[in-house]
Amino acid sequence: MTRLDTGVAPPAATSRRPAHTARVPLPLLLPALLGLVFLILPVIGLLARVPWATLPQRLTSSEVLEALRLSVLTATLATLGCLVLGVPLAWMLSRVTFPGRRFVRALITVPLVLPPVVGGIALLLALGRRGLVGQWLDTNFGFTLPFTTAGVVVAESFVALPFLVISVEGALRGADARYEEAAATLGASRWTTFTHVTLPLVGPGIAAGAVLCWARALGEFGATITFAGNFPGITQTMPLAVYQTMESGDLEGAVVLSLILLVVSVTVLAALRDRWLTAP
Amino acid sequence: MTGEPDRAVTGEPDRAVTGHPDPAVPDRLLDAHLVVDRGTFRLDVELSIRPGETVALLGPNGAGKTTALRALAGLTQLSAGHLTLRGHDLDRPEKRIWTPAEKRSIGVVFQDYLLFPHLNARDNVAFGPRRHGVDRRAAHVIADRWLDRVGLADFTRRKPRQLSGGQAQRVALARALAVEPELLLLDEPLAALDARTRLETRAELHRHLTAHTGAALLVTHDPLDALVLADRLVIVEQGRVVQEGDAATITARPRTDYVAQLVGLNLYRGKGSGTAVVLVGGFTLTTAEPVQGNAFVAFRPSAVALFARRPDGSPRNTWPAILRDIQRHGDNLRVRLDGPITVAADITPAAAAHLDLVPGRELWAAVKATETRAYPDTAGRS
Repeated sequence: MTRLDTGVAPPAATSRRPAHTARVPLPLLLPALLGLVFLILPVIGLLARVPWATLPQRLTSSEVLEALRLSVLTATLATLGCLVLGVPLAWMLSRVTFPGRRFVRALITVPLVLPPVVGGIALLLALGRRGLVGQWLDTNFGFTLPFTTAGVVVAESFVALPFLVISVEGALRGADARYEEAAATLGASRWTTFTHVTLPLVGPGIAAGAVLCWARALGEFGATITFAGNFPGITQTMPLAVYQTMESGDLEGAVVLSLILLVVSVTVLAALRDRWLTAP
Repeated sequence: MTGEPDRAVTGEPDRAVTGHPDPAVPDRLLDAHLVVDRGTFRLDVELSIRPGETVALLGPNGAGKTTALRALAGLTQLSAGHLTLRGHDLDRPEKRIWTPAEKRSIGVVFQDYLLFPHLNARDNVAFGPRRHGVDRRAAHVIADRWLDRVGLADFTRRKPRQLSGGQAQRVALARALAVEPELLLLDEPLAALDARTRLETRAELHRHLTAHTGAALLVTHDPLDALVLADRLVIVEQGRVVQEGDAATITARPRTDYVAQLVGLNLYRGKGSGTAVVLVGGFTLTTAEPVQGNAFVAFRPSAVALFARRPDGSPRNTWPAILRDIQRHGDNLRVRLDGPITVAADITPAAAAHLDLVPGRELWAAVKATETRAYPDTAGRS
């Protein structure tokens, strides 16, 4: 941040940078810088404590690999599930007028503001062995979700779905619906129009939504530990492993696991910026 | 237009084009009464088109032209009335009949073309045939044939963003025609083009519309497009048809100020008795042909002569006028005058210099009776 652009300076003054900086009011400049430091400092703190010497050895330990494998698997499955359910939901919200549409849209944002732990309890009450639907699943199919890998996928999907829906709905609203009208005048049914025109047009938006969704699922902690528990190899994803390693007093181990999550998150962010966020 | 063709008045061939042919006539391809209620705006337009005919829906912005087009295409539902294509009802609210856009044999060329940005020219044109059950290979053959027909055989693999405006327009036309619609709708097809491209594309569009065996409806606010491309003009203002007929009739006998302006005529409404027509403002114009009762009087701006002093001479309408403004108009100058009647006059730059024309200048204006056209205002729907 070497250049502060106030946006109102006449072109002649652009070369005199000190004058520029002086024009930023101090009550705005100070908190802004402080906020930036506040965001960056913990990351620096984390990086400062990485045990670089033992890193390769720790990274390849079976526990870490197992947690990473499980995390990537469940987050990917959750993202796929969210795509299957979320894209049609977003389409309904953006293209079909039905009574209570605004209410439905509000409902979708509930998991977004709900503390994930509460989400986990809610999932237990709905899909647990004694839950509203879970009981029926158990008696009829002998199928229980809690404390299974499938349960992790469900918990992650619950928390991540709103991210996908909101992002895809935004893309659909932004896309020119008249292309769909043009398709209709050429004889395309609504379904064909969706698959052949709408999807290609909002593809980048869906991809961005999926990445956001995946990142959210990967970092999911509260709902997962409440609904699926913390069993290594079955439900212990990376964030849970970080937590447990920390609790057991192995700070170095927690730092290594955190570093992995940090690298994955930053990679996702970079991919999102370059490929989708900056694209028109 | 229920007015009797009054050949004596205009002396121009008045083709027997009445707006609403008898419903029993079997050769009407489109028969529609489009009523769309939109709160404060109401579209109420009757429209019929014969096979092979091109009709222009002409009107100022906000007249309801695009609403009419959307209703025909099935993108907006009618509130009342009906839409019948080759004897089949596509939309008739009172009987709860509704056919969605994709089931209508009606093609649309949209104003900004709306070519699918993710498909190349060939796939854009093949899109329609594919949706009509043609396999990919055959659809590509159809697409290539149409692109060839519009002169774009070398551009089949171009994406829309790699096409110029004129090329995109031709792809849009090819795409709409590739499914061989019975009715082709064109929404301001030339509006997005620059002047030069517009000229070429207009001529080419005319060729394709002539070749199209189905009917075509052209929505435009450009009278030149309408006159060149259409066999018949339907003029809408504020959601209603104000006049319809062939170009000759409309240019000769406009019925509203908008139409008169469109075709470049001065138009006045009045009451005729013999060769004198008392205009609404009280001024009397002498005409060559007698007309009785409610009547229109029209004359060209070039028929107005301007004088510094009151002219002598016989069969003339003369009045004192005050110059309001001057604008360039082709090689001449168009002068607007206030006075007992407001009038547009075309004069040569030489005459303008001679008359020392500055706004506010007092002049005398004159129009020969033989330069006027008088015709009765008998149309019920004017």
